[in-house]
Amino acid sequence: MSLRNLLPLFLMLILSLPVLAQDNETVVVVTHDSFAISEDVLLQFEDETGITVEILRSGDAGQMVNQSILSKNNPLGDVLYGVDNTFLSRALDADIFVPYESPALEFVAEDLQLDDQYRVTPIDFGDVCLNYDVAYFADNGLDLPESLADLAESDYADLLVVENPATSSPGLAFMLATIAEFGTEGDYTFLEYWDELRENGVLVVDGWSEAYYGEFSAPGRDTGTRPLVVSYASSPPVEVYFSDPAPEEAVTGAIVADNMCFRQIEFVGVLDGANNIDGAQQFVDFMLSKTFQEDIPLNMFVFPVLEDAELPEVFVEFVAIPENPAIVDYELIDENREEWIQSWTEVMLR
Amino acid sequence: MRLPERWWYGLYLIPLVFLTLFFLYPLASILDVSLRPDGDFEPSGFVRLFTSTYYAETLIFTVYQAVLSTALTIALVMPSAYIMTRYRFRGKSLLMSLSTLPFVLPTVVVAVAFMSLIGQRGLVNDVLKTLFSLDYAPIQLERTLAIILIVHVFYNYAVALRLIVSYWSSIGIETEEVARTLGAKEWELWRDIRLPLLRPALLSASALVFIFTFTSFGVILILGGIRFSTLEVQIYYQAVNIFNLPLAGALSLVQIGVMFLMMVVYTRMQNQIQTSLKGSKLVARFPRNNREKWSIRFSVLFIIVLLFSPLLALILRSVSIGGEFNLTNYLNLTESSRGSLLFITPVESIWNSLRFAGIATVFALILGTISSYLINYRGRFAKVLDPVFMLPLATSAVTLGFGFIIALDEPPLNLRSSWIIIPISHTLVALPFVIRSVLPAIRAIPKSLHEAGRVLGAKPYELWRTIDLPLISRGLVVGATFAFTVSMGEFGASLFVAQRDSITMPVVIYRLIGDPILSSYGQALAMSVLLMLVCAIGFVAIERIRVAGVGEF
Repeated sequence: MSLRNLLPLFLMLILSLPVLAQDNETVVVVTHDSFAISEDVLLQFEDETGITVEILRSGDAGQMVNQSILSKNNPLGDVLYGVDNTFLSRALDADIFVPYESPALEFVAEDLQLDDQYRVTPIDFGDVCLNYDVAYFADNGLDLPESLADLAESDYADLLVVENPATSSPGLAFMLATIAEFGTEGDYTFLEYWDELRENGVLVVDGWSEAYYGEFSAPGRDTGTRPLVVSYASSPPVEVYFSDPAPEEAVTGAIVADNMCFRQIEFVGVLDGANNIDGAQQFVDFMLSKTFQEDIPLNMFVFPVLEDAELPEVFVEFVAIPENPAIVDYELIDENREEWIQSWTEVMLR
Repeated sequence: MRLPERWWYGLYLIPLVFLTLFFLYPLASILDVSLRPDGDFEPSGFVRLFTSTYYAETLIFTVYQAVLSTALTIALVMPSAYIMTRYRFRGKSLLMSLSTLPFVLPTVVVAVAFMSLIGQRGLVNDVLKTLFSLDYAPIQLERTLAIILIVHVFYNYAVALRLIVSYWSSIGIETEEVARTLGAKEWELWRDIRLPLLRPALLSASALVFIFTFTSFGVILILGGIRFSTLEVQIYYQAVNIFNLPLAGALSLVQIGVMFLMMVVYTRMQNQIQTSLKGSKLVARFPRNNREKWSIRFSVLFIIVLLFSPLLALILRSVSIGGEFNLTNYLNLTESSRGSLLFITPVESIWNSLRFAGIATVFALILGTISSYLINYRGRFAKVLDPVFMLPLATSAVTLGFGFIIALDEPPLNLRSSWIIIPISHTLVALPFVIRSVLPAIRAIPKSLHEAGRVLGAKPYELWRTIDLPLISRGLVVGATFAFTVSMGEFGASLFVAQRDSITMPVVIYRLIGDPILSSYGQALAMSVLLMLVCAIGFVAIERIRVAGVGEF
């Protein structure tokens, strides 16, 4: 062999010259895997502003926030959408956002605006509740669980699939609901409860889409076998909307009994060190526009924060809103989240 | 070898600087983050490690699954090893050579292949469903220890088989025949003669399988889920999901410690094997009776089914949709939409992978060759250096990736958003393979050639080009091919360091199978087949050159 045989390798080296640089006419939106919005809506933004939108999905909400913190010296994009009230403090503590007060905020309810320094802007909210497969419960003559404690009963053995709170924001929200219910002190804490759930055959998966589309047994899925899943109160109307032909009755339902749900608010923020700060701010404004807000429910199963956004008909007809969602003090979450997740991991994932 | 002119020694600095910057520095950062998370000494990661039984259980499970995998592999290898050693039959060398294929296949591909064979949506389940008209999948192996063990056996079968057969073939059969004449029964032959004689080979094979399965990452992450977490998976989980960097750092250090110990044990056993090779060669013979013929057939069938059914299932699944031949999965690979899970199209990731593998190969070849000379150079550093260059092998890819993202993300060395970080990490993973391929060739160069060359007035570079290069070229090509396939399939480090538009094929496959939408799963199958083909081509190249007996594998 002579050096000539190595030539192809050197050619490869030369061909691999730097990837194209980022220009100012692009906004990169860092978000979670569940992000969805109509293509038309994005096209409208692009037409109006001349800015191209690129979507970078980075795993579930937790993974996305962690990745953004790990690469904060070299931000992955210009805006980050999808950080919610359960992960918010982690992102704020790491200083990954620059403040931006959108003029559209005046049409958003005060109680949804959690950061008084405007580093993040609320976009949507939803209640994380158990969803059930209506047909399964009817066919088996099984009653719906009326409290979280019921889920540890043998009637519900091997029926429930939940998301891992370390990797999924609905998973974390549901764990917080159990903390509100069982507490963290005394003989029977939320950890003992989860231990019982584990013995009762609860399935833990990494993300919401894996749980909802992969493991939940509602009609139209190929593999799911579990009739109970942690999802959103607003999932059932979406299920109806996408069924073809549309069923008369809902095929899934949300269990909105007291203290069984947890309210989640999702935020967007401009990333510190963004290439295109101006474009990022325009995109935040656009996310609060009526066009974008009204497109949210049927794409992401949650409610718009804009007060005068109109809800789609199926939402009005099929949605059940929990009257008393579980409440965990915001500061308490902030102080203990890591510890709770860690202890949960140590109990559940052994 | 000795290079007479001083400045040649300067070349030796290249690998040393590279290892310092891209290996020791990230490792030091891991130590730093685990001991001083906020700048002050505070070993909270280590404290947690010892105060909760969970991490002890993770370590125990890691060892447990590795021991089970090792025992199962060796137990299943023994019958085939016996047959391969004792008998001659048509196609034997082809079978032996083909059986090494899994060794170069990326873990992600193998995981997907087994999913398409015995997974929920797998071929076997589909056939059973049609045969018995069932409306559920009868085989439920996903997320069980069983499927992890099966895949580990698949991976390590050939490695163990090769090692044991080559050792066994070098042991004479005389002792056995004496024992047989004295009336020893078949099981007594195994207990008193064969197994004791094979001890070094068995231990060495076990150590190797143990090392491979101890650091198993992709297989466990994809097929087992977080519930079956090994140290590797736990490091990734703590860093990326829970964001407990001190704990991830502490786990990484435990991992490196255990691995280094295993490497020392393995190297010792290797030396034992090399020194005890003596005695007459065993000559394999053709089978004499039907019993022997059938056991050969059975053994061949077993190897073929174990090694090729998953690969075949993968190919079949990738080209069929709803039971009919369909290439949509492949055609979809060029598709790009904002609704897609990926930032770039799958086809672009193929280009990324090829490009990075090309660069990593060049880097690894240059560094590996110089390092080999450095190790071979008989100075007082030689003893110290060999393990230093093997350290990257003892450090798992996940640990490496973790070290990279915490060390190389700020000045003076800010490479976090540059694609170059990927081929650099692959170079580290591939380096030991290149050294193991090139070093034996360098050791075999007769000293007299250099002396003769010098007498004739050749300069150092001319000496190298006309004497060394031709002699080590086969080793270089084997090393290059190894480096290329290793880089193509590298998963653990890439998952940490690759981002946005620089993601590689294994990362894309992992992302796609996590997406429950059927068309994504189809794309993952198609990508896996393509990646498998690239690696298989590399494998054929290695095998063709290895026939000449190059390399230490």
